[in-house]
Amino acid sequence: MAEKEYIVIESGEAAQPFDYAVGMHGSKFFTELRDNKKLMGVRCPKCKMVYIPPRGVCGPCFEEMKDFVEVGPGGVIGTYTILRFAFIDPETGQQKPVPYGYGFIKLDGADTLFQHYIDIVDEKKIKVGARVEAVFADERKGTIRDILYFRVID
Amino acid sequence: MDRAAIIGIGMTKVESRKLDKTFADMAFEAVRKALDDAGMTIADIDNVITTSNDFWDGRTISCMAVGDASGASDKNISCVEGDGTFGAFYGLARTLSGSYGTTLVTGHSKGSQSVSSLITNAAFDPIYNRTLGADMITACAMQSNAYMARTGTTPEQLARVSVKNHGNAMMNENAHLGMKLTVKDVLGSEMIADPLHRLDCSPVSDGCCAIIIADEKRAKKSKKKPVWIKGVGMCADAYFLGDRDLSRSESLVKAARTAYKMAGISDPGKEIDLAEVYDAFSYQELMWLEGLGICADADAGKQLEKGSFDIPGRLPVNASGGLMGGHAVIAAGLYRIAEVVRQIRGEAGAYQAKKADTGLAHGVNGLAGQSHCVWILGKDR
Repeated sequence: MAEKEYIVIESGEAAQPFDYAVGMHGSKFFTELRDNKKLMGVRCPKCKMVYIPPRGVCGPCFEEMKDFVEVGPGGVIGTYTILRFAFIDPETGQQKPVPYGYGFIKLDGADTLFQHYIDIVDEKKIKVGARVEAVFADERKGTIRDILYFRVID
Repeated sequence: MDRAAIIGIGMTKVESRKLDKTFADMAFEAVRKALDDAGMTIADIDNVITTSNDFWDGRTISCMAVGDASGASDKNISCVEGDGTFGAFYGLARTLSGSYGTTLVTGHSKGSQSVSSLITNAAFDPIYNRTLGADMITACAMQSNAYMARTGTTPEQLARVSVKNHGNAMMNENAHLGMKLTVKDVLGSEMIADPLHRLDCSPVSDGCCAIIIADEKRAKKSKKKPVWIKGVGMCADAYFLGDRDLSRSESLVKAARTAYKMAGISDPGKEIDLAEVYDAFSYQELMWLEGLGICADADAGKQLEKGSFDIPGRLPVNASGGLMGGHAVIAAGLYRIAEVVRQIRGEAGAYQAKKADTGLAHGVNGLAGQSHCVWILGKDR
């Protein structure tokens, strides 16, 4: 019996580039990060929750937020994972070297958790509640990667 | 509420890669099966809802590309981007509006045609999160750690979900990943992202599911006994994962409460006979069962170990094999509804539950269970 031939059409290198406006809150966040190594959150005038990343609206209160407050750079691990399987890095299109740590950090002064890499030089120290601090890039460009990762300081 | 029922279901086999079928081919197959099941022709369908996701389909307005194959020619067709249960929710609302006696709802996806980690990475905020490379597995691994740290649920308990559901899938002709496993097999499989092993994760599959919803008047004319919609509830949590307590699912608690209230259920653990829940990852079955109030907080793992959720158990969960047995993203929740319909009709064959008068179907969309839709279906009007 003849073998079946399946025909597929490949999308090739087609890409959909976007330019995402970061808004007033993003501008404040990224300029403070780039110029002063500061992490900025924003406080709800009604419930007083401090949000990071900053955004214009407190969801539960439906109130506008403009009161910026500095948070971190220290905090604790809220939760984490260690990636051991190589995923494709959306920045480069290449497989990301594994393993690496990833987590949600409860920054000092913030009420929500901040998503970033965690340095896993000593895996045993990576646990919920471990104390960490942000490590900043020397050359900062105003992107989320101006923070290199968080490292455990316990 | 006016009454509405599900009078037809159609499922393609869930497969890892349907190289021989386009999206429209899958839709046509599922829709024809649902019409046959209901004893209807396409002329009996008053309107159509399709459910799809443009990133997964690799085209914009993806739902419209399956209109013809879904029998929507010359009909009012609309689309929902989300899980199939969300499409069905809209289909139910349209039926209850009184404008349509019957609504055909479909959900389709082909995970095989793209790079799933890039698609789920694109669900993250492009300004703050996306370039850090997280995807659905990363998010769910972190949720799993948060849930396990708070509740004391163990890796062995997670592994038992995988063993149960992959085992159940062996009896379901529509599943593609039936496997006889042991807890040791699961814990010995490759670690993808702590604490999730390869066998703690559902596959990403291809498939399409269709259901037909009818108002009371039309339901009474159906070929088979209608399965009545007793209650529905839907609720969404915050978008930024860092805003949420990832170890709990408040939105599921609220969605379930709404559905139970509508269905007149006060003790879900006793009044529900079986459940099909969204087990994209092993820990999720346990976490969702707690959120649904089917067992107490932090107790699902222990109940599972006692066999409560096995097919012969107190309340069979994912007797069909769930998403572990085959996970056509978007369609997956609609498959859960169709599987509960099969159970209530007594058509589930080797994986039929002893008692199946009242069943629960559950669908999820968004990262780490951001939004939930809960359906209570029943044998009696």
